[in-house]
Amino acid sequence: MEAFHRHEGRMVPLDRANVDTDQIIPKQFLKRIERSGFGPFLFYDWKRNEPDFVLNRPEYQGASVLLAGHNFGCGSSREHAPWALEDAGFRVVIASGFADIFRSNCLKIGLLPVQLPEPSVRWLMELATEDPATAVTVDLEAQTITAAGFTERFDVDPFARECLLNGWDAVALSLRHGDAIAAYEGRRASWLPRVT
Amino acid sequence: MSKTLAQKIWEAHVVRSAEGEPDLLFVDLHLVHEVTTPQAFESLRMAGRSVRRPDLTVATMDHNTPTLGGRAAADEIGKRQLDALEENCRWAGIRLYELGSRHQGIVHVIGPDLGLTQPGMVIVCGDSHTSTHGAFGAIAFGIGTSEVEHVLATQCLAQRQPRDLAVTIDGTLPLGVTAKDVVLGLIARVGISGGQGCMVEYRGSMVRGLSMEGRMTICNMSIEWGARVGMVAPDDTTFAYLEGRQEAPRGAEWKRALDYWRSLPTDTGAVFDQEIRLDAAELEPFVTWGTNPGQAVPVTGHVPEPADENEVRALRYMALEPGRAIQDIPIDRVFIGSCTNSRLEDLRAAANVARGRRVHPRVRAMVVPGSALVKLQAEAEGLDSVFTGAGFEWRDAGCSMCLGMNPDILQPGERCASTSNRNFEGRQGAGGRTHLLSPPMAAAAAVAGHLVDVRELAEVRA
Repeated sequence: MEAFHRHEGRMVPLDRANVDTDQIIPKQFLKRIERSGFGPFLFYDWKRNEPDFVLNRPEYQGASVLLAGHNFGCGSSREHAPWALEDAGFRVVIASGFADIFRSNCLKIGLLPVQLPEPSVRWLMELATEDPATAVTVDLEAQTITAAGFTERFDVDPFARECLLNGWDAVALSLRHGDAIAAYEGRRASWLPRVT
Repeated sequence: MSKTLAQKIWEAHVVRSAEGEPDLLFVDLHLVHEVTTPQAFESLRMAGRSVRRPDLTVATMDHNTPTLGGRAAADEIGKRQLDALEENCRWAGIRLYELGSRHQGIVHVIGPDLGLTQPGMVIVCGDSHTSTHGAFGAIAFGIGTSEVEHVLATQCLAQRQPRDLAVTIDGTLPLGVTAKDVVLGLIARVGISGGQGCMVEYRGSMVRGLSMEGRMTICNMSIEWGARVGMVAPDDTTFAYLEGRQEAPRGAEWKRALDYWRSLPTDTGAVFDQEIRLDAAELEPFVTWGTNPGQAVPVTGHVPEPADENEVRALRYMALEPGRAIQDIPIDRVFIGSCTNSRLEDLRAAANVARGRRVHPRVRAMVVPGSALVKLQAEAEGLDSVFTGAGFEWRDAGCSMCLGMNPDILQPGERCASTSNRNFEGRQGAGGRTHLLSPPMAAAAAVAGHLVDVRELAEVRA
């Protein structure tokens, strides 16, 4: 995973609540066995059916921070959703709430999910609506979000933060505990199913 | 100290815990399917790593598989994904139930079918409906592809322990009200993010009285209100279901397992972080009107006034206006299937409504058994003839039109009464409109040609 320290970019306000992963990337694109190339399919139906959809507007092209309502990323566990966001150039998603699996998936690939109180997200959405060129700085080290006249601290799981700052490989971290895993395996109940 | 069911299982699976870090949790069973795993295997190989415990990993083909014509009917990209799963399982020595095998089927149906899903286990799968397996008193949850890779490599996951939430449902379900209605009614009340960060234990006399199939339906939809895990304490119903199944323990091992399983239920005096109570007697058959599973009302009700912009949007997508009686909504398609409602009991309940009736001429109705085994069992009981005799299509096992990754999809503007779990925009096909409901309600809608209260249909017949 690529390390994440600090990101500066423009915002795109997606003022919708409960955006599910079926909207972020529809099922017909989940058949690919590659890890990259999902960006063009991000919000596929909304982009196609709603000419005025915020991600279609020229003034938001190149934005790298997505703003959204509460419960963002609910539904399917498909990691293709964060992959599509990442592939489309997003580094940060700021929302008033995230679904658990989506948040976890983002943290695993270095796409930073930042949860802020509803009024703060609203404030940022207004900034991005009034002036789409507004820059925002997301500093993971300091745990702050800064934009024109706006500064706020955010919470993040301290262990996930450490992993992101260092770009650690989660599998490698766990493999260091190979002895503990082997010891646990040695004391598992004998009736537990094994399929060979 | 008194502990909850979830706490007991969690603690029994901690491989390593350290201050400030998530627990490293051992995974007893890793279920694998074609859609969320190819990138995990690829990444594993690129890092020069191997699968630590192929003997604790089981794979099947379910998400993109055709329900007519077998593998040959899959499109080119879909085939490539099925081929990749086959190659990956061969490479790693993982047991695969491919299309055509006796135990192929929806990953959350075959685990219980085989007796692989047992109380006290930690079970994961790259699929959000993994919560289904919690019906056996297991901690079971969906994960993303990076975590799939992590489990393949280490047989563990680094996890923070979620909070404990109790949903207590006492009382008796009225006639015509099913487990599906219980969970739809619950989500309508608590909202689709009400369970976030929680392991939910469903308790109370109504839950105790449910079959394993009913418990699975409720646990399955835990993710639809944001919960990571949904579980029911194991009891005699659980043990009776498990005994004698292919992968269940036998003989002296069965007795040892039983002793342990009986120690799992939440201790008297154990404290939950939160509790929600429901009275089963007050529930009715529920139907969703909108584009998330929380947007549901009793079938006797009406499309509500939108409360905010999101609901206005949902009504526009569904082409519905406030105040319209739910039972006045005509339907074009019916889907009976999915990991929520495709087990033998679900098919029996739908067949009981379909028996001796005809699917409305305007409606195309489809029944997709959850697994090849369920299909065989249903056919042994003659359920297939009940369905086909009534004008339903009888298909091969798979996820099918729950998510429409295979050829079974809605056309734009088509309206479907569906026993699946998600009514998101485009979920069953771009522009398609989904109403979630129970299997008997779906069968009733197929016959009537519109959403209808199955209790009235039964009266007409009597």
